[in-house]
Amino acid sequence: MAVIKSAEAQTRKQFERRRTERIPAAKFIHKLPGGGLILATSESILKWGKASSLWPMTFGLACCAFEMIAAGASRFDIDRFGAGVFRASPRQCDVMIVSGTICVKMGGCIRRLYAQMPEPKYVIAMGNCAVSGGIFYHDTYSVVKGTELLGIPVDVYIPGCPPRPENLLFGLMKLQEKIRNEKNAAR
Amino acid sequence: MKKMRQDEIFADIKAVFPEIQEEAGSGAAVIPKDLLLKVARYLRGEPLAFDNLHCVTAIDRKEKIEMVYILYSVSKRRALTLKIYLSPEDLNIASLASVWRSADWLERETYDMFGVVFSGHPDMRRILNPYDWKGYPLRKDYTHPEFIPKPRL
Repeated sequence: MAVIKSAEAQTRKQFERRRTERIPAAKFIHKLPGGGLILATSESILKWGKASSLWPMTFGLACCAFEMIAAGASRFDIDRFGAGVFRASPRQCDVMIVSGTICVKMGGCIRRLYAQMPEPKYVIAMGNCAVSGGIFYHDTYSVVKGTELLGIPVDVYIPGCPPRPENLLFGLMKLQEKIRNEKNAAR
Repeated sequence: MKKMRQDEIFADIKAVFPEIQEEAGSGAAVIPKDLLLKVARYLRGEPLAFDNLHCVTAIDRKEKIEMVYILYSVSKRRALTLKIYLSPEDLNIASLASVWRSADWLERETYDMFGVVFSGHPDMRRILNPYDWKGYPLRKDYTHPEFIPKPRL
């Protein structure tokens, strides 16, 4: 009898561990005995929801855009991470993927699009050009050397020239991690 | 259809415009500045039928700025390069937008990058850089405050 009980407990422990791994906010959620209710801090639920449903903006500036498009298509499928709804309007987005070279003439547009996005908003700088100017760092007059020089705060940098779709997915997972660990979720 | 050879084209043009020289090395036709519109209209019409102007650009040689026009005739399958030497003090030249429509944007780009002003152009503005840009970036003497020179090893 005792053996069976301990085996049962072990299974339950295993199940619990698997659940915590799969659902990142699971350790904040407590089941009330006998009921269908869950109890959690509203902040952790909010953060979990925010991280699991990011709406990126279609923002192709240069060759990195094709890697972003590939990440959105069926082979790499960014939709698996809840960020597959690319919007053409900044007012419906909460993450801006700056993918490509930023020209001086485009800089003003990027600043305006960022200002039009509703809070909370996040920025991923994808590729060397968006990180620091990349191969256009030296001997050029028309390229902005990095997204931060436009006065836009960047949450995740993805280096590469261009980064592969897997790198973009990893950057997205890093952003989700950052959102889940935010101190003040209702910023 | 018989294809025209380069020297036949030159013989044809020289019969009408004796001032035209052939540039050694490149085989381009060097024409005087004030003849440009006349030569362009002649090349566009029969018998040479250069109906496609697919490149307008300039080269900064410091002591002079060379305008380059590359023409193509679809029916005769021949290409021809025109060149005009401009002195850096006087960068005014006639616009070819009335002869070939494609010259419109190509001349705007040349104005944007080299500062060559095309008189008679319908819309003489910058095309690639912002409208309030200072200077002409593809000139040899161009400098920019945010220019980071590449370290020479």
